[in-house]
Amino acid sequence: MSQLEIKDLHVAIGDKSIVKGFSLTIRSGEVHAIMGPNGTGKSTLAKAVAGHPDYTITSGDVLLNGASILAQEADERARSGLFLAFQYPSEIPGVSIANFLRAAVQARLAEGEELDATAYYKRLYAKMDLLKIDRKFTSRSVNDGFSGGEKKRCEILQMAMLEPKFALMDETDSGLDIDALRIVADGVNALRGGPSAPGILLITHYQRLLDHIVPDHVHVMWDGRIVKSGDKSLALELEAKGYDWVKKEFAAA
Amino acid sequence: MSASTLIETKSPVGSFTSEAFAAHLASQANSPAWWLDRKRAAYETFASLPLPSRTNESWRFSTLAGLTLDGFTTDVDFIKEQITASEARISALELKAKGGQMGASFFSNIPHGGPLVTPLELASRGVIFTTLSEAVIKHEDLLKAHFMAQPQKLGSEKFAALHTAFVHDGVFLYVPRGVEIPDPIVILHRATGRMAVFPHTLVIAEENAKVTVCESFDSTGSASNFACGANDLYAGPGAQLTYVAAQNWSRDTLSFQFNSTVVRRDARVRSLNLHLGARQARHESLSLLQGTGAFSEMLALTVAEGAQEFDQRTLQIHQAPNTKSDLLYKNALRDQSKTIFSGLIVVDPDAQKTDAYQSNRNLMLSDDAEANSLPGLEIQANDVRCTHGATSSRIDPEQEFYLQSRGIAKPDADELLTFGFFEEVLSRLDNEPLHDALRGLIGTKFQR
Repeated sequence: MSQLEIKDLHVAIGDKSIVKGFSLTIRSGEVHAIMGPNGTGKSTLAKAVAGHPDYTITSGDVLLNGASILAQEADERARSGLFLAFQYPSEIPGVSIANFLRAAVQARLAEGEELDATAYYKRLYAKMDLLKIDRKFTSRSVNDGFSGGEKKRCEILQMAMLEPKFALMDETDSGLDIDALRIVADGVNALRGGPSAPGILLITHYQRLLDHIVPDHVHVMWDGRIVKSGDKSLALELEAKGYDWVKKEFAAA
Repeated sequence: MSASTLIETKSPVGSFTSEAFAAHLASQANSPAWWLDRKRAAYETFASLPLPSRTNESWRFSTLAGLTLDGFTTDVDFIKEQITASEARISALELKAKGGQMGASFFSNIPHGGPLVTPLELASRGVIFTTLSEAVIKHEDLLKAHFMAQPQKLGSEKFAALHTAFVHDGVFLYVPRGVEIPDPIVILHRATGRMAVFPHTLVIAEENAKVTVCESFDSTGSASNFACGANDLYAGPGAQLTYVAAQNWSRDTLSFQFNSTVVRRDARVRSLNLHLGARQARHESLSLLQGTGAFSEMLALTVAEGAQEFDQRTLQIHQAPNTKSDLLYKNALRDQSKTIFSGLIVVDPDAQKTDAYQSNRNLMLSDDAEANSLPGLEIQANDVRCTHGATSSRIDPEQEFYLQSRGIAKPDADELLTFGFFEEVLSRLDNEPLHDALRGLIGTKFQR
């Protein structure tokens, strides 16, 4: 059982304060959904926790199993067990998915340990089958010329291959049609059911993703912090009342 | 301070004295008189020309202080002592593995393992695969027509003359009309000690012939070598010639390499030069598009690091209508390294419908590296399509973060991104083992 604790986190981009006192604890196997209107700091939170160099953590802490990860570079955090599924994954021309994932898997091996290429491909193909990704994909450049759905499936494929302890999923549903959404959700749900189920922070704007990936907890984010928490019914309430309801209730606070 | 104190005081011949040249000529005693005369004339030219100076436009940005000709040996006996027979055997095996059925050859000025042998099946179809020294005797007309036949226009008249004067041996490959050689022909040139090497490769692909030639240049040990090589490529009508070279001399080598490519009607030449080694390396490449439908694809990849300097000068001359040239030179620069790219597209007055492209792209992996780009056009026809451009860019921080967020450490991420940057060139090679071999060689520059 692992635990990711985000404690009173404050994040700034340049001089602009974006996340203002965000606190949340996630345990293995739990799915926490973070909902909220645009510009409330959801993506900033995810990128800051993942270690993006443009985001400055001005105060607070992020602890993975009790140890702060804030001194670690993004790659060290990833190797410690963190995974960020990007809202807009980078396109990397000339770097094939196979070589990219291989480098990522290799990075997790001990110094001097060689990757078992046969086992690697076997595992990769099994995960691809699960996510209904054509095997020809492996020779394509990472995200280069991918449709929105392909990019998101590719993110889930990476998550499945790297088996993180915690996944931060940033607007994974954006740009997906209903079929692609279902495939992505199935992929995530398959990981949830496994013995080493990760803790998931699911950032979303819409409730429809939560029909497919049912969260244990739902949090409403407003102006850089959590203002309301509840179970799945909170998402439905938000859907019914809209974000204006949040704005009215909390803008004055 | 008087002006005279600024005058270049370095010897214009360095180690390549008239005594050294006399000794070299003596070692070529079996060669015909015309060849020796040509060498003598070349030596005169070499000795009479000054070293490049600051006022010379074709040496703009080059580090002239690095062009030293002193301290090298041309003594063939020295080479024989240095490159031992066992090493020659190992390398020959290594080459055979890479070269497939067609023989491979191994040179350190002199060929190791005796004269080259053309496999029987190819010999029966008229293929000639032999040493330059033998070709000089047996194939005088072909040599006269193709050996260093194109005028030096890119600034290295002096060093090209030095090459002709001192060239000891090399590869001569003649592929007759309609003959296709499926496997690449592999040639390895190796230098050692303080050796001056003069590699030469002459390829003649006659009408509709098809051949791939791969050359590798390296050194044993880390000694300072002097390399002054040339390759002449000739593609007759409809011929398809692929030329791949990997320059990996020791880090203390001064290297010159001169290429001339002649492309006749409907012929296609693709060349890819990989530049990894040497302290200072100058590469001059000339493509002449001489017949309708001719196409020359000029590719190069460079990984520059430390204080290395790679100096690339190119010329695409369109002499006939409906010809095409496509140049793509990519450099990745680390540390305090320096690259120079100077390219010119020339379109002759009657070369209408020319389609010429020239692009130099630099990936700056360090703030201290320096990439110089001098693209140029000289168009005398009015109905042409000529595009040129040069760009320098850094690693995209969002791409780097994306890779890092998957657990890949920054240096590995930058290596992956550099390979990504190079792939546009590497992917033009349709020969997969060759593609992999080049990737492997590039990878050696990233070993930590």
